[in-house]
Amino acid sequence: MTQSSNKITIDGRAVCFQPGQTIMEAATEASVYIPHLCHHPDYPPHGSCKVCTVKVDGRYLASCSEKAVDGMEVQNNCKDLKDLRRSITQLLFVDGNHYCPSCERSGNCQLQAIGYALEMQENHYTQLFPTRKVDASHPDIILDPDRCILCGLCVRASEAEGKNLFKIGGRGQNSYLSVCSDSGLLGDSSISVNDKAAQICPVGAILIRGEGFHIPIGERLYDHQQITSVGNCRPRYNHSTSNLTERKKREGPEHSKPINLTTGKHTNGK
Amino acid sequence: MSLLDIDERLVDLADWIEFDRSPLTDIKHCGSCDVGLIEGGLSNQENLHVLQEFRQQCKIVVAVGACAINGGIPAMRNNHSLADCLRESYLTAPGTVNPQIPDDPEIPKLLSKVHPIQDAIKVDYFLPGCPPSADTIWYFLTELLAGREPLIQGSALRYD
Repeated sequence: MTQSSNKITIDGRAVCFQPGQTIMEAATEASVYIPHLCHHPDYPPHGSCKVCTVKVDGRYLASCSEKAVDGMEVQNNCKDLKDLRRSITQLLFVDGNHYCPSCERSGNCQLQAIGYALEMQENHYTQLFPTRKVDASHPDIILDPDRCILCGLCVRASEAEGKNLFKIGGRGQNSYLSVCSDSGLLGDSSISVNDKAAQICPVGAILIRGEGFHIPIGERLYDHQQITSVGNCRPRYNHSTSNLTERKKREGPEHSKPINLTTGKHTNGK
Repeated sequence: MSLLDIDERLVDLADWIEFDRSPLTDIKHCGSCDVGLIEGGLSNQENLHVLQEFRQQCKIVVAVGACAINGGIPAMRNNHSLADCLRESYLTAPGTVNPQIPDDPEIPKLLSKVHPIQDAIKVDYFLPGCPPSADTIWYFLTELLAGREPLIQGSALRYD
């Protein structure tokens, strides 16, 4: 019997793994990008979005939850996987109410970026137009379930922080994100802007107030770069300097020029 | 408006194409055409009528912009009942003078929800963006004129 060499191949390229690692973890260490939404290296796999589906020896598997096994031949870049992942992404889009032009996360949104990377031109499937209520009860954080893709990242992040702020309730089509407070409202929970759970949302479902358009549309992470090359590193807003005066100081003179209220343009400062 | 943003290229375009029904020509009905560019979501009965006419008359129908593709911003009213939307807009909104819901028979009836146009007709191509940039529109039209399949990709592919 030959000794195990702890190697898999991804699109023909040999990739080493530590026993116990998932295909996703092995790929990440080897700088191979596998598209994903619900996966985060700091938390246990959730396996819910299925965008990270790869083909292993002819079978479709979620690479975030499937352990690497010696000798696996993994396909990550091929037309049928791209088509499949695009269909999955389209299903995520029609399942909620994703209107990018009105969303503050546009340009920094991973769902949108995955759509771009997969060349998704439209939603294809019939939109469900679910009726969900915005929770604006918290002074610093807004929860818009219209945009929630049930990735469970906020659930896992808050569990890791020992707060257990969120849970996914219901089953299948009726699944929903619920807030663990007596009233079910964010305002009655112990969430704060510095919690990872408040910051981790890959889409625009959990938004921090006061951040709006801090980086203008058109200059955001995925506006000119693909998620396949920059990954999920959305720039974080520094909340220690979140008041307006501090913000102006940091942004320099260009952004602190007075704005002409008629034209909306920066005046020349005279 | 975004079509006009292609600026002087409009002159080149005019050499290759002939406008039929458009906001520029003010022709009321769509004649037999090669390409129909449709913007906006499907929100009232007249929209539905126009869409069906375009589908009958055009060999290629293109959904242009976020609203045509997924309903866009107007589809945000789908979260509320039509009655609530009308009440809020015409009866209870602050500053309303002489509150009444318009009921002139010439005004097309609103559908209960705003839909992407492909809920009603077959759409051949999609041109995403809010709005699609002039360069994207230009690329799309010139590819189509050259007999190639346009595919919006890279930084030209935008949903916002």
